[in-house]
Amino acid sequence: MITMATVDTVATGETRTSTKLRKPVQLDAGTWLSIVVAVVAVALTLGPILYLILGGFKTQQQLTADPVGLPSPWVLQNYGDIVSQPVFWKQLLNSTFVAVATTAGVVLFGTMAAYPLARYRFRGRDAIFVVFTTGLMFPLTVAILPLYLLIRDFGLVGNLWGLVIPQIAFGLALTIIIMRPFLQSIPKELEEAAFVDGITRVGFFWRILLPLARPGMVTVGVLAFIGSWNAYLLPLLLLTGKADGMTLPLGVTQFQGQYASATTSIMAYTSLSMIPALVFFLLLERRIVDGLTGAVKG
Amino acid sequence: MTTMETSGKKGGPVGGDTSSAGPRLSGPEQIQHHKSDTVRKWGEVGLFVGPALVLFLTFVVFPVASAARYSLYKWNGIKQFSEAEFIGFENYARALWGGNDPATKDAFLTAYTEPFWQALSHNFAIIALSMAIQLPLALIVALTLNRQFPGRSLVRVIIFAPYVLSEVIAGVMWLIIFDPNGFATAVVQKIGLSMPSGGWFEDQTWGFWTVFFIVTWKYLGLAIILFLAGLAGVPQELQEAASIDGASWWQVQWRINVPLIGPTIRVWAFLSIIGSIQLFDMVWVLNRGGTTGQYATIASFMMQVGYFRKDVGFGSAVAVIMFLISLGIALAYMAFVLRRDNAAAGEKGR
Repeated sequence: MITMATVDTVATGETRTSTKLRKPVQLDAGTWLSIVVAVVAVALTLGPILYLILGGFKTQQQLTADPVGLPSPWVLQNYGDIVSQPVFWKQLLNSTFVAVATTAGVVLFGTMAAYPLARYRFRGRDAIFVVFTTGLMFPLTVAILPLYLLIRDFGLVGNLWGLVIPQIAFGLALTIIIMRPFLQSIPKELEEAAFVDGITRVGFFWRILLPLARPGMVTVGVLAFIGSWNAYLLPLLLLTGKADGMTLPLGVTQFQGQYASATTSIMAYTSLSMIPALVFFLLLERRIVDGLTGAVKG
Repeated sequence: MTTMETSGKKGGPVGGDTSSAGPRLSGPEQIQHHKSDTVRKWGEVGLFVGPALVLFLTFVVFPVASAARYSLYKWNGIKQFSEAEFIGFENYARALWGGNDPATKDAFLTAYTEPFWQALSHNFAIIALSMAIQLPLALIVALTLNRQFPGRSLVRVIIFAPYVLSEVIAGVMWLIIFDPNGFATAVVQKIGLSMPSGGWFEDQTWGFWTVFFIVTWKYLGLAIILFLAGLAGVPQELQEAASIDGASWWQVQWRINVPLIGPTIRVWAFLSIIGSIQLFDMVWVLNRGGTTGQYATIASFMMQVGYFRKDVGFGSAVAVIMFLISLGIALAYMAFVLRRDNAAAGEKGR
């Protein structure tokens, strides 16, 4: 797979060359052109998002009368109604639980599996690695119908674990592909020294390898978290029960279906659902971009 | 190579382990020692790889294999699978040309074949438009932004933000903006135009373009950020040397920057193509592919039939077709396009 040829960029962590301070900024024609393009791109990106947030501060009558203008007067009721109801908070909690559990599982099991695949020699090692890499070719969409039936047979429909476990399984391929070269790059002298000191292989993994592999684990963890946080297809099939058992993306569509005529409420609900993802993104923007570009860059 | 990678030439269970670097013994004592080492090694391998392998085989490999199996049956997913009727490749035939039974052919053409090809054509249209519109657009923006200007890093963050938003949030947001009485309509009316006659989504022609616009809004940022990351790796000296030699800005871009980020562009194109084949979430949020499937994709069609119409057999056949198309494209792309890059990357790495 493509990723295999490219992961070494992730492993070394050199993904974004800092171009700061290379040249003093000159406001020549080219720079102005860049600024103009940047302003247009930012406006097209942020415009719709701002419109959504502002719409939450309007009444339905205001929105119908003038879909374009600013709220006047600003009303807090849409947002207030949502945050005063437990459903939104329950969905936030569900999403958080699912994303955290998925991330923990993907990172833990993926790194564990990558360890022998990177540093042991045993028969069938390459075959097992190939099996995992084929996972990149099996998207969730292809497997979804039988997967749903399988989870139903396990009795996990409506249960958040029914979401977490398959999500971990589908996150493993990329994790192992990224972590294996990462673990391979750790010098063997370290391992020898540890064994001389009487540490077992298992102890070496927990006490030495895991701390050293942290940058790679953060990368795969961030990707797993975003994937889980935004997941829609699997929750759509599994969490069909009450609204307070849903994750946020599903909750948004459920709310939208239930209050179809209350557009401004939907706008408020959607805006509020956006906040956690945006905060997470702003905090880890660099990690996310590095992880993605590292996984893609040739 | 690692410590554990010892001489595999002996093969078999006696293949030793060098971490026990003591003096080499001979005789039964050593064999004993090696045996327990081998057992321990396999135990450790099992302990580390086991959980991942079990999860992966159960929840990824088994369902995919099941999809291939179910696709040969007429089954609604509710009654026991053992009672399902084996119909060979009939589900595939139904999707591709209406099936082999003349009595039902006309009905199946309308119910299965036409929506199938309609959906598939949308996937391929999205691929073509991604290459014809998104690629040049992202490239131009990335090349323009690839210089110092005030607020540069903030601009990058903002441009990338839509990629991190969930498809649901982005989809619901655009549903509201493109509401027949919403913002988009008000804006085009202000400049003297009118909304597409059937509505932004329901119009048979414009519905697809509206959805393509939304998909572009969601994914263009990723392309721009990837290209910018590629451009950051192009040595500044090359561009400066070319400028000194009298090359114009466009010449520098076209002859130096674009060729040098070729590998990034080709990988992005690969991801974009595979993503377009499997596009589901956004299309589903936007009214499930449209009331007449005017912008349905193969995945949304699969869900419509396989899950909501409870035709698991047929839905599985569509899933398998979707998988085979992705696989075919992926293999062809890797063989003809990416192989060169990988070979070059391999040399560079050595």
